[in-house]
Amino acid sequence: MVQFTLPKNSKITVGKTWPKPEGATNVRKFQIYRWNSDDGKNPSVDTYFLDMDKCGPMVLDALIKIKNEIDPTLTFRRSCREGICGSCAMNIDGINTLACIYGLDEIKGDVKIYPLPHMPVVKDLIPDLTHFYAQHASIMPWLETKTNRPAKEWKQSIDDRKKLDGLYECVMCASCSTSCPSYWWNGDRYLGPAALLHAYRWIIDSRDEATGERLDELEDPFKLYRCHTIMNCAKTCPKGLNPAKAIAEIKKMMVDRAV
Amino acid sequence: MADVNRGTRPLSPHLQIYRPQMTSMSSIMVRITGIACLGLSIIVVAWLLAMSTSEAAFETANGLLRSGLGKLIMFGATWAVFYHMLGRLRHVIWDFGYALDVRTSEKMGIGMFVGATILAVLAVVIL
Repeated sequence: MVQFTLPKNSKITVGKTWPKPEGATNVRKFQIYRWNSDDGKNPSVDTYFLDMDKCGPMVLDALIKIKNEIDPTLTFRRSCREGICGSCAMNIDGINTLACIYGLDEIKGDVKIYPLPHMPVVKDLIPDLTHFYAQHASIMPWLETKTNRPAKEWKQSIDDRKKLDGLYECVMCASCSTSCPSYWWNGDRYLGPAALLHAYRWIIDSRDEATGERLDELEDPFKLYRCHTIMNCAKTCPKGLNPAKAIAEIKKMMVDRAV
Repeated sequence: MADVNRGTRPLSPHLQIYRPQMTSMSSIMVRITGIACLGLSIIVVAWLLAMSTSEAAFETANGLLRSGLGKLIMFGATWAVFYHMLGRLRHVIWDFGYALDVRTSEKMGIGMFVGATILAVLAVVIL
């Protein structure tokens, strides 16, 4: 249900201010969300200062520099550093994106970094994505067929393949789902933009033979229809995809098969 | 993930930190103006009830509605009706599968704010 304020144990306090780098002329302030399960305290926002003349261009470069040189306890996920693994999704400067492909020059003023919104926090910038992945698994993210397996491969025309463009590129970073107010309030039952985009990716696949079952599964007031076309998902997607459009297409197919 | 068991883990901040977007603001305003329209309907019914009760009751209700504050509320309500109408119109366009890209949606959002203001001012001037 809708709850505008944070629970008691989630209220954010002012954290530690770490010392400024000595002799630096081009200093930038970073405010980063911190929480760990060990000290029993509420989450806090720590303040760090970095010498920008000795820092890489991306937000992830700054985070790694802080971890290497100032505070080794700062915890975050990262892997590919080129926007293809989806690990470093976080809330940067008020929007969800990937730290590795978001430039520090795109941010005005201090850099504020939080974990993905409205998620249980494992530590610092790491949210618990268990439920998010379970929702993805629930839409059967695989090719479902009934006819006999062809001798070589499941073929698809060039035009049918084109229908998957704008869908298959999703890296499951969870930026879209955690930007969606509807997912914040009803994420336990609403599948969210990411899972629904994947659902549409298989519904529209010409080789898939379970379209009816897939639509049956989504015909639910919560799973699909909590989408109110708020469009925060499409606005924030670091890969430039449009889950809102995919969801609208599913809704259209629901109507088309009913009339 | 409101109702998912978080154990002792904190919930990461959401509304508190998410930057307002044209997409989300124009969307929530449709709902707020919808609720405002319900409030407006109660005011109009109260006015009609007063009209059918007695002259004195009508004078009181009508006087309240025609006071400075009453006029301001009625102008706000007029704006809300037009905004809500334009918002629903945007939903109709979306439901047919058109204009679902971010830029067009944002332009329509700005159009809803501007359009509702123009229509409300026109309504006041004409009536």
